[in-house]
Amino acid sequence: MFGLDKTDTKLLLIVAVLCLFAPFILNPFPTSSGLAQFNAGYPDLMQRFVIFGIFAVGFNILFGLTGYLSFGHAAFLGVGSYSAVWMFKLLSMNVIPAILLSVLLSGVFALIIGYVSLRRSGIYFSILTLAFAQMSFALAYSVFTPITGGETGLQLALDDPRILGISQTAGGNIPVPALFGLEMRASWDLVLGDWQFTFNAGYYLCALILLAAFYMAIRIFRSPFGMMLRAVKSNQQRMNYTGLNTKPYTLAAFVISGMYAGLAGGLMASMDPLAGAERMQWTASGEVVLMTILGGAGTLIGPVLGAGFIKYFENIFSKLNDNVLHGWFAFMPDGLENLMVTIVHPFVGKGWHLTLGILFMLVVIFLPGGLVEGGQRVGRLFRRRDIKSTGPEAEAAQQRNAAE
Amino acid sequence: MDAIILQILNGLDKGSAYALIALGLTLIFGTLGVVNFAHGALFMIGAFCAVTLSRILTLSRTTIDETQTDFLGNPLKVEVPYAHDFFGPVVGDALIDWAVPLAILFSIPVMLLVGFVMERGLIKHFYKRPHADQILVTFGLAIVLQEVIKYFYGANPIPTPAPDVFRGSFDFGAMVGFEANQIIYPYWRLVYFAFAALIIGAVFAFLQFTTFGMVVRAGMADRETVGLLGIDIDRRFTIMFGIAAAVAGLAGVMYAPINSPNYHMGMDFLVLSFVVVVVGGMGSLPGAVLAGFLLGILESFASMSAVIDLIPGINQVIIYLVAITILLTRPRGLMGRKGVMED
Repeated sequence: MFGLDKTDTKLLLIVAVLCLFAPFILNPFPTSSGLAQFNAGYPDLMQRFVIFGIFAVGFNILFGLTGYLSFGHAAFLGVGSYSAVWMFKLLSMNVIPAILLSVLLSGVFALIIGYVSLRRSGIYFSILTLAFAQMSFALAYSVFTPITGGETGLQLALDDPRILGISQTAGGNIPVPALFGLEMRASWDLVLGDWQFTFNAGYYLCALILLAAFYMAIRIFRSPFGMMLRAVKSNQQRMNYTGLNTKPYTLAAFVISGMYAGLAGGLMASMDPLAGAERMQWTASGEVVLMTILGGAGTLIGPVLGAGFIKYFENIFSKLNDNVLHGWFAFMPDGLENLMVTIVHPFVGKGWHLTLGILFMLVVIFLPGGLVEGGQRVGRLFRRRDIKSTGPEAEAAQQRNAAE
Repeated sequence: MDAIILQILNGLDKGSAYALIALGLTLIFGTLGVVNFAHGALFMIGAFCAVTLSRILTLSRTTIDETQTDFLGNPLKVEVPYAHDFFGPVVGDALIDWAVPLAILFSIPVMLLVGFVMERGLIKHFYKRPHADQILVTFGLAIVLQEVIKYFYGANPIPTPAPDVFRGSFDFGAMVGFEANQIIYPYWRLVYFAFAALIIGAVFAFLQFTTFGMVVRAGMADRETVGLLGIDIDRRFTIMFGIAAAVAGLAGVMYAPINSPNYHMGMDFLVLSFVVVVVGGMGSLPGAVLAGFLLGILESFASMSAVIDLIPGINQVIIYLVAITILLTRPRGLMGRKGVMED
């Protein structure tokens, strides 16, 4: 289907099903049950899942294929957000021009930064991208305040021109982002007995774009261009010796992944029309690195899983507090209950980053292929006879192992 | 002229911190070949050693003083530090006052231990893995350490004052023969600079004039041959890791009065220290020190109002600009050796 082979089609279908039925999948618990707090099927969070999925898929095109570890990708996300908000301010509240501009601008930005940074590789490349991103962050905070809104961030205002749209609605409010009249925040609820499912226009727009982005990523992975990028990862020197200039390929990969990040930033602004400099900080770049590695760098579906995993547990873990924990361990004797709560307490609530850090370390140490490799190992345990497992993910994991 | 001297002085304390952290970073890189993203966290742990010691010293028991009353007429509760009980009020107060310098003694064993555990427990397994993996795992470790500190000490900065004698400022200009009241400089920053110079000198002397240091230098140049000579170079490198951790920790201890320790100070300094190492040249100790002071001073020059008026925002980006320029024109850094991670 769409020029993909069988296994890739399967992957695409898996992602499509996950995306389209997310409101059901993420809301498995009835609203009245005590487990309802583990439901993640509300629009805001679902949008974050897919937006960060796009971001991570794009990052993976650079890191997973070429091995260039960029620590500055959040800068492109920030540029995307800013340009989308500017489109809302100047042109109209339609999301299409906003997203187009954010992809375009972040692409140009990535071209400039990539052209300079890619002159070096390894740790120097990481430091260079980090330096550029930190510079953009610092400038967005201070000098570029007229463009970026500085510390308060860039927000819409009532007196924005919006040439093709309206400055303010009849009620005197700021109009909301929409797709040809379909408001991004519009939601429909489906109530089935005790279950409630929310379908959000913005989410489905993001999900469709994620699908398109994922499809593009598959095509890139399977193309001769993707092959060339893998060759760069396994031995760039040899590529150079054979008389091939690898720079255009790595630069193209960098720009593509920058545009993915810009797309994610544009969508983020379309869902919630404001942009702040903190989106460009290097910790934000670190987050996408975490997602990609956790899911499985170099695999197709890994980044999507990683993004979903981190965003889901970030949300759930931060909600857990001592009361909930006491409820969980209530079946134990009092002393033991309190002990368990004391042990678990540092890892939940505000301590979520601690859990994330430990998890990330464990993955890097024991499972360099991330969740995807973990899944494969578990799968292999169950079907021992088929040691040489095939399939695109296994192939990618093998390639990763071969490269090391 | 005095403006220039003032900026140089202002740059010294930050430069000292950069130099100390970068020295440790490049020491680890030169010996073990590991890119340690958790080095900033070590700096932060050092600063929290100072906080811990000052908290231990001010541990108090509450007694009720019958002779005094509060405004409601109840007997006043008085906090008496245990230090008073053990050492008497005079010595006890002096100890509390000098908590930060005393923390130097306290932090050295702590940091050495942290360094050894880190190297033996984690980093050891990453020698053969690619640099990207080393960066990632130490990045994860940095997050973990930072969150542990945040759990125990909270998210707010904790003010940790310097001893009374070193509080306040003095007129540096008048001392060296300029006009009075032009160059005012805080005492503690001068102490910090002197301390940093001492530590840097000690590390260099240790590497240059002791047998141990000689072996380590030999190992940095050619690890395999040193191993073939029957020297257990791994153990010495582990010790060097501990020393590098201690240097970062000491930098943190003494930095506590300048900037109240908070859990993310490590990350803030880490990014800049990496830039410093790269500018100085990966694996070059003098390069790291030179680049540290250079960038610290450059940063303080860039934050002069005259310069900011000329090029707005330059103070925020000067270090990165310098780093980018250096990396692109001189890949080895200022004093990097040939062939060490040049690509």
